[in-house]
Amino acid sequence: MIELLYLAASSFLLICVALFIALVFNGIERKLIARMQARIGPPIIQPFIDIKKLFMKENIVPDSAIPWLFNSMPAVALASSLIVLLYIPFAGMPALLQNYGDLILVLYVLLLPSLALAIGAFASGSSFAGIGAQREVVLMMSYEFVLSVVAISLAWLFSLCCPQANAFAFSTITSKPAWLLVGGAGFLGLILLFISSLAVMPAKAGKLPADIGEAKTEIAEGVLVEYSGRNLALLYMAQAVRVLAFASLIVALFLPWNLSSLIAIPEQLSMLADFLFFLVKVFMVMFASSIFVSAVTARLKVDQAARFYIIVVFLLSLLGLLLIGIDILM
Amino acid sequence: MGLGAFKRSLWVFHLNTGSCNGCDIEIIAALTPRYDVERFGIKLVGSPRHADVLLITGPVTRMMKDRLLRVYNQTPDPKVVVVVGNCGATGGVFYESYNLEGPVDRLIPVDIYVPGCPPRPEAIIDAIAKAWAKLEAMEAKK
Repeated sequence: MIELLYLAASSFLLICVALFIALVFNGIERKLIARMQARIGPPIIQPFIDIKKLFMKENIVPDSAIPWLFNSMPAVALASSLIVLLYIPFAGMPALLQNYGDLILVLYVLLLPSLALAIGAFASGSSFAGIGAQREVVLMMSYEFVLSVVAISLAWLFSLCCPQANAFAFSTITSKPAWLLVGGAGFLGLILLFISSLAVMPAKAGKLPADIGEAKTEIAEGVLVEYSGRNLALLYMAQAVRVLAFASLIVALFLPWNLSSLIAIPEQLSMLADFLFFLVKVFMVMFASSIFVSAVTARLKVDQAARFYIIVVFLLSLLGLLLIGIDILM
Repeated sequence: MGLGAFKRSLWVFHLNTGSCNGCDIEIIAALTPRYDVERFGIKLVGSPRHADVLLITGPVTRMMKDRLLRVYNQTPDPKVVVVVGNCGATGGVFYESYNLEGPVDRLIPVDIYVPGCPPRPEAIIDAIAKAWAKLEAMEAKK
């Protein structure tokens, strides 16, 4: 009982911290993109200001909408993107609920925010939202292949190195970096897998060049078009957290090092150092896959985006799997 | 909460009701690195549902009348309407034209006028800052 209470309390704390970090990162992202475009950019606390304002605004439910579905989906999107953080190793510590779920669960729960967004958009009854939702679902179907290939390759690798443990569990995957388990071909394969999971980030985060579901200038913000006030604030937070969750997943899969295991740090400071090091790693992943990319690219067309993920990135990850397979079987 | 909620966070929806595109280009100029309104938290949004400020250009042609009313009703409260350019304020060069339903204030309540043909970006930014003050006053009254 006490244990359960302790788990609930620490989960709550982690969710609050994660929400805060996600919004701060969102502010930094907006600032950096502005700087890259030779603008001054909004202050880093801008997301907090925006969300506070959105909670003040009227929450409109269109006449053509299905109210309960329309109103519940933003909450589902936020809740599922926060919950997934409980299963991913966060802040240099093992995942809070690591005994209750593994990589497969995380991939499925990470799907929920996009799905909730699409369902909410369909429920709004607006044609723009309908187009946006269809695009979102097409995109989802194209990039999920890549993530499953990445998951399979890593699980194959770890099932050989630790045969008695669950190869999909994060405790196994983060026990040692995958890079140390492979030879030359496998190393190349891992690099390809790393690149292809970074390439999935813009689609997962709804950022340029793959923000076809929310295209502002084409279909009037697509899936978000009918949302206002509180619901929009929830979706804004859900999107920020989704980026953080996916970046943490990439960090857990490919960059599981802790600072305290690399260099000597006093015992008391090691947790803080690991936490800061984790934030740095997540930020590097976000910068490479989302911030920099969205500052320098334009939006892909619908067919280009789907083709890019389903052909280019998928083949890249398959090649990675093949190379890892060669490495394992040779 | 209440006072200050809109400070540094003002989302603007731009509606062209038959403008010649002169004012619209000046609005875009306000987003460029030279003026960069995003540093004040002012952002152009793609849907009236997200907006705090309606930025209206043009003298409201007959075809745009219903759309203007619809967009106005779609914007969540509290909201402020800013008319940019002479056309929207008085009809401008299109005054008493056969196909006009405007100017804008004949159809919806307008809070702030920005005269000019087209107005400079500084004037537009100033109008949006005034819109913020007006929103704050509205909130304080509630």
